Amino acid sequence: MTGLGDRVWRGTTTLAALAIPASLGVISVVLLVGAWPTLRETGLALVLDRSWEPRSGAFGVAAALVGTLETSLLAVLIAAPLGIGTALYTVEFAPTGVSRVLATICDILAAIPSVVYGLWGAAILVPLVRTVVAPALQAVGGRTPFFAGPSYGAGILTAALLLALMILPFVTAVSREVIAAVPVAQREAALALGATRWEMLRDAVLPAAKTGIAGGIALALGRALGETMAVTMVIGNRHELSWSLLAPGYTLASLLANEFGEAASDAHLSALMAVALLLLLLVTLAVNAIARRLVRTVRAGLAAVEVTR
Amino acid sequence: MTTDEARTTTRPSAAWRAQADVRTAASLAGRRRRDALMRIAIALSAALALIPLVLILGYLLVRGLGGLSLALLTALPKPVGEPGGGIANAIAGSLLLLGIAAVCGIPVGLLAGTYLAERPNGRLAAVVRFVADVLNGTPSIVVGIAVWAAVVRPMQRFSALAGGVALAVILAPLVARTTEQMLRLVPPTVREAALALGFTEWRTALRVIAPAAGPGIATGLLVALSRVAGETAPLLFTAFGNPYWSVSPSEPIAAVPLQIYTYALSPYDEWRAQAWAAALGLVGVVAVLTIAARAVARRPRVRTR
Amino acid sequence: MRRATLLGVTLGLAACGGDPPATPERNANGRTGSVDLTGAGATFPYPLYSRWFSEYAVKTGVKINYQSIGSGGGIRQLREGVVDFGASEAPLTDAEIAQIPRGRVLQVPAVVGGVVLVYNVPGLTAELKLTADVVADIFLGRITKWNDPRLAELNAGVSLPPDEIVVVYRADGSGTTYVFTDWLTRVSAAWAGGPGHGKDVRWPVGLGAKGNEGVAGQVKTTPNTIGFVELAYATQNRLPSAALRNRAGFFVAPTVNALAAAAAGVENRLPGPNDFRVSLVDTPVGDAYPLASFSWLLLYQAQSDDAKGRKLVDFIRWAVRTGQGSARALDYAPLPPALVTRILATLDGVSIGQ
Repeated sequence: MTGLGDRVWRGTTTLAALAIPASLGVISVVLLVGAWPTLRETGLALVLDRSWEPRSGAFGVAAALVGTLETSLLAVLIAAPLGIGTALYTVEFAPTGVSRVLATICDILAAIPSVVYGLWGAAILVPLVRTVVAPALQAVGGRTPFFAGPSYGAGILTAALLLALMILPFVTAVSREVIAAVPVAQREAALALGATRWEMLRDAVLPAAKTGIAGGIALALGRALGETMAVTMVIGNRHELSWSLLAPGYTLASLLANEFGEAASDAHLSALMAVALLLLLLVTLAVNAIARRLVRTVRAGLAAVEVTR
Repeated sequence: MTTDEARTTTRPSAAWRAQADVRTAASLAGRRRRDALMRIAIALSAALALIPLVLILGYLLVRGLGGLSLALLTALPKPVGEPGGGIANAIAGSLLLLGIAAVCGIPVGLLAGTYLAERPNGRLAAVVRFVADVLNGTPSIVVGIAVWAAVVRPMQRFSALAGGVALAVILAPLVARTTEQMLRLVPPTVREAALALGFTEWRTALRVIAPAAGPGIATGLLVALSRVAGETAPLLFTAFGNPYWSVSPSEPIAAVPLQIYTYALSPYDEWRAQAWAAALGLVGVVAVLTIAARAVARRPRVRTR
Repeated sequence: MRRATLLGVTLGLAACGGDPPATPERNANGRTGSVDLTGAGATFPYPLYSRWFSEYAVKTGVKINYQSIGSGGGIRQLREGVVDFGASEAPLTDAEIAQIPRGRVLQVPAVVGGVVLVYNVPGLTAELKLTADVVADIFLGRITKWNDPRLAELNAGVSLPPDEIVVVYRADGSGTTYVFTDWLTRVSAAWAGGPGHGKDVRWPVGLGAKGNEGVAGQVKTTPNTIGFVELAYATQNRLPSAALRNRAGFFVAPTVNALAAAAAGVENRLPGPNDFRVSLVDTPVGDAYPLASFSWLLLYQAQSDDAKGRKLVDFIRWAVRTGQGSARALDYAPLPPALVTRILATLDGVSIGQ
């Protein structure tokens, strides 16, 4: 039944789809080959050890691993509500002119090179955190271990804030499109049933937009995990594990960015490839986790239907 | 999402919440209060998001405006101490790199995204979706390292081609995912109607679905291209950089973000001024493109010609 | 349809190359032919090298493309044969040279540079005097306050605040770190036994900043900090720099003359006729600044490509003689003439072609 046109069409789209796992395959192979010596020598200590000393052959990235997770998750926690809120405002409440300006500003921000974000962060955000944000947080939660210790401005929190700013455009852009795409009929139905504006959003618009928004958040998380240039300028670059968010730390991507240019010895280079592989694995797991939660949420929603019907 | 799913995911939460409202004895006044509160919260979050973003743009303007000049755009880089240097070769280089990346990455991304939207339930779709998300999260420096090993080392030279390939590898999954999401926003009834009327699959995709999802796809493309235009790390070991004018794909080539990176991290005021001006220029160009694309592709209803 | 046209136009504009700009180029011939030589390596000498390449291109038409991707990166690219020469402040050891299968790598000094200790102590206007052991203890975390007795002892009459010292180090490996830790290792047994000497060491205390720019920026914006940067970053950012005590016992401020003094007489200390791997740190010369270093150019002893080999050697010949004239203006010190003679002799020994 399928004509030639459709067979060509299907073939082409399938080929294109296959190109994507192929490129990841090439990247993984290259990294694996390069990282093999380190994986063989160091093994699990790579992840568990805290000391990173290339000259003596100690390659432990526990601090950077934790730092990556901390900064990225915190960044998404900050950016997601802000992004969704901005998207809601842009689509639902703002007058058309304002809406267009807002949308344009948000999209432009995705184009700013990370080195510019980094320089801005180092010049403006770091002193700001040191002089305003950290004292404020310490006044409120100084007793808890999360805000303990002196703040030099550069640290996990600063990196998380900067990352949140960088990934905000992704969440906002995708959320905006998805929210705007919810059919008018859904909205009007809710309003007709007597819902307030907010209730309409909560019950008719957001649930329909949920999958798309989650997709945008996944994109944003990916960007946060992989950001190299900007983070290294505001995080303090210290292999340190601390409960305090105000303490300096490290991320895997920053480690790569800082050391790849200088690594001359084969062992060092191999260790960095192993770090790259580890980062890739981390991203894979994170994405997997989000995907699973998504599927579970949708399934829960469907299951609830069974009950109420 | 099929029509059935859309109906059933909306209803249960509304029912549950209505019950919740009853349980919390929420009166009309209470609901109105909550509405007002949430409106404020939404406006506040937009403001909170926007203030730092405007601050960054402002900082960029302040530091960059002074350095913008025609000389910047038309001259080649000069060493420290010689006035009048510019980034003409970097601009040309970036255009070439983006061109190569676009030619390699956009078709793959668009078609892959279409595949994901048309046949979303197979094993391949799940794998591709997952891998695309992973790639979107891969640090760009890792992509650069991989392309170095796969392209630069065998070729024994840095090249614009290698740089373009690295950018394409970053571009394709981004475009694929955003395209898929935008295509899936088109109600399935539209596709079914077209097929019922006798359109072949490829005709449906190109003449019916794509125009309906057009603006969303364009937004996605723009965001992806803007992101890639500002990438530095993958170019360090692939395109390498070049102080001279070059538009050859097999030679090392300059790029605006590379130039910004080198100059901004130097100690010299005149270089730094150029870096900030270049950054401002880059953002300005993207702004113009975004506004232009938006103006042309305003959100249409499904066309009934 | 209109959207497709717009997309097509945008892509078309993006893809088309275009002609070179109409404004006159600084090259003598304005050719847009391909580059003659490619090099990669350290950022330390980049400003001077870019001046050299520009002048040399005007003089001879030879175009050289050098990018500062890091000295380790430069060595790697040289090893893979992707670039023609490298640049580094940390010379390769014999073991490292042996690891390069393509051939023996020659290391030729190109210029003298210096590392400076910069600080930000609010209210302090006088120049700070420091010695190597005090600096080592600061960076080890043993001296934690600005008004520590050992600091006060060196800086009599200067009022130092009781605040905590915030150390700033280089997060990315670099020649600057190599030179700095060289100095600390020579003087402090604790440092030698601890972080040691290298491009990338384990810093016991402090914040890591990216690049010289990062350190300079952090010091400039954060009070009570101390860090180390190349001379150019200290002078260009107008950061206060410390006078260091050299081996002869004098406190010397970082100036280009003091750097040049550090290299005086070095030709008598060369380990071999073609081996220039000498450290300029802590030399016994009276008015020498103790944190000085060569920046080396790395090339293969046997150049396989006839044309490229000739151009490269000719360029280096020019650089170590005429090129030295541009050094001072950019905060580098020229090579001592006696050393230049030895370098030229070594370059004669580079075999070109088959």
